[in-house]
Amino acid sequence: MSSSTPAKRQKQRKVLLMGKSGAGKSSMRSIVFSNYVAKDVRRLGATIDVEHSNIKFMGNLMLNLWDCGGQDGFVENYLTNQRTHVFGSVAVLIFVFDIESREFQADVISYSNIIRALTECSPTAKVFILIHKMDLVQLRLRSQLFEERAEYIRASSEGFRDSVDFFPTSIWDQSLYKAWTQIIYFLIPNAQKIESALKDLADVIDARELVLYERTTCLMVTHVTRGAELSNPYTDRFERISSILKTHKQSMAKHTSLPPNAANFAELHIKTGRFMFFITRLTENTNLAVDIPPSEQVFNAARMNIMLARPKFAELDIASKAKAGTQGVGGEDSGDRDGVAA
Amino acid sequence: MRYLQDLPDADVPQSPEQPRYHTGKLPNSKAGDGKPRLMLMGQRRSGKSSISSVVFHKLPPSETLYLETTTRIKKQSMHSFMDFQVWDFPGHLDYFDPQFDVDNIFSEIGALIWVIDAQDEYLEAIGKLNETILNLQNTFPDINIEVFVHKVDGLSEDYKSDTFQDIIQRVQDELSDQGYENAPVSFYQTSIYDHSIFEAFSKVIQKLIPQLPTLESLLNSLCSNCRIEKAYLFDVLSKIYIATDTSPTDIGSYEICSDYIDVVVDVAEIYGWPDRPAQDEEAEGQQQEAGNNNAESLITMERKGNNYLYMREINQYLALICLMGDDSPADKKALIDYNVGVFEEAMAQVFPR
Repeated sequence: MSSSTPAKRQKQRKVLLMGKSGAGKSSMRSIVFSNYVAKDVRRLGATIDVEHSNIKFMGNLMLNLWDCGGQDGFVENYLTNQRTHVFGSVAVLIFVFDIESREFQADVISYSNIIRALTECSPTAKVFILIHKMDLVQLRLRSQLFEERAEYIRASSEGFRDSVDFFPTSIWDQSLYKAWTQIIYFLIPNAQKIESALKDLADVIDARELVLYERTTCLMVTHVTRGAELSNPYTDRFERISSILKTHKQSMAKHTSLPPNAANFAELHIKTGRFMFFITRLTENTNLAVDIPPSEQVFNAARMNIMLARPKFAELDIASKAKAGTQGVGGEDSGDRDGVAA
Repeated sequence: MRYLQDLPDADVPQSPEQPRYHTGKLPNSKAGDGKPRLMLMGQRRSGKSSISSVVFHKLPPSETLYLETTTRIKKQSMHSFMDFQVWDFPGHLDYFDPQFDVDNIFSEIGALIWVIDAQDEYLEAIGKLNETILNLQNTFPDINIEVFVHKVDGLSEDYKSDTFQDIIQRVQDELSDQGYENAPVSFYQTSIYDHSIFEAFSKVIQKLIPQLPTLESLLNSLCSNCRIEKAYLFDVLSKIYIATDTSPTDIGSYEICSDYIDVVVDVAEIYGWPDRPAQDEEAEGQQQEAGNNNAESLITMERKGNNYLYMREINQYLALICLMGDDSPADKKALIDYNVGVFEEAMAQVFPR
């Protein structure tokens, strides 16, 4: 193993989570990162000052999440005394708007103050806006209201006007996972390399689709889709699977009375006449979901090949080693496939 | 491990007589078309329509707030492993009003489900329930009466069991005062916000399945031969279990199995979309070879490396879900598959269609 190489340094990325008090920042964080279910968030109290959490993601990526309490007093403090401390070296700012807020104008003013501080201290940061609690709006009004709000907020985004991304979210459905998947994808430093390695793997095992999930959060890292699966009508399937896996994890934890972060399955198979599907561990922090044609041979060969590809992906976790890893996966696995087929 | 085929008594019941019903009573079906009725009755606003929407129409429990008051009898036909009808009665009706055709309503009934709101004053509801029971016992003494003490989610643990006991006591006291001892009345604590309503419905339906003893003994032998801790036979659509082995049941194992069905059904929906383009024809051909048309699924746990949950589709409606025992080794899957295969054949004889 190349554990001694200097390349294995942790890449810390600072993520600010901001928004008005009660907008749902901590609820969101607890669901995505701390194995809460939507119902449990009622127990959460107001966040005092800043709560830091470090989340390890795909080996070398360390998320340094700052959940910033949204009460006016705290925000005032961030913008004055702690300005450089809070807004310095930020990789991503996630700003949460409450769709039900009665003082939308005031929220936007507070938002532009924060944007100004961000422009000053970390002008290269990326801004994501989550318009939250969308479940409270009637279904037919949702997209229209979302667009209106998004336009209004964009207009006060100053330097970030062109780069800011908007997502409608709710903790009660998979939209939360959709938004966070995009955010995580932005933060992963070697996403393209992982993707190309996955693509090689998919070709070798003749998979219809491969989806790489982070283990604890069940957020999608990336996916590869081939052939007919491209026309799968369920375009929200990645978020849906995130949400399915997360719910199931809860229920397993409850039943086995293990702590939620330990109740992992080693493998999940689903075989039907139309497709075969399994989820298995790929690296220390990731699970791989595999969708293949319904055939026992393909299934067994795929499992074998994924097992053999594991060390290569483990190396891929270390950014500078990625190149060697990518080639290794393709080369070695095609060999294996020949072996199995023969 | 032994194979199920070696067990002589795991097949059809030996007696040539009609299989007896679990309760020892035949539902008094006039037409004999095997379509038992479930009647949902009770005071208004006790939660009857909410129950039928949540259980049979998969309405999210939070949405039941918006249901309108039921003003006339709603009849719904459920098509599943067995067909049954669910009749949702408006709460304000007097069921024995002469202008109702009492005979017609009650003659083909399978079970009468009486819903009592545990969070409300329940004395009046109990009075009406007893009136109904007494009325029915003259004409249709074989009807199963099932009392759902409903909305218990809002009560504290102590208060909940006190209320439950109180209701049972009052119903039985009043009935025996009227000279009706040992009435066929069962009680359940239910809530639409957890699995208890499904569990209660499962038990109600099980009483209406004539093949239940056969199913139970089949499941028992499967369990003992494959080191299965608990096995359920689920109706996939409604997530009601129609049989389980005779080891003690706890709501926890029902919950995990029911959640597991959700996982499998959801994934199957996502990747089993029907109109794949023609280029996949080849793969479909391979599948015919493999001959694996019934879905199956398995979860292996990380910590101990043992099997944990096993699912196999038995027929169009039913699925077998097993919670594996702690000592069930992961490498014996082939044997388990074989045994379940035999179980499936036996099931095909129990439910011929």
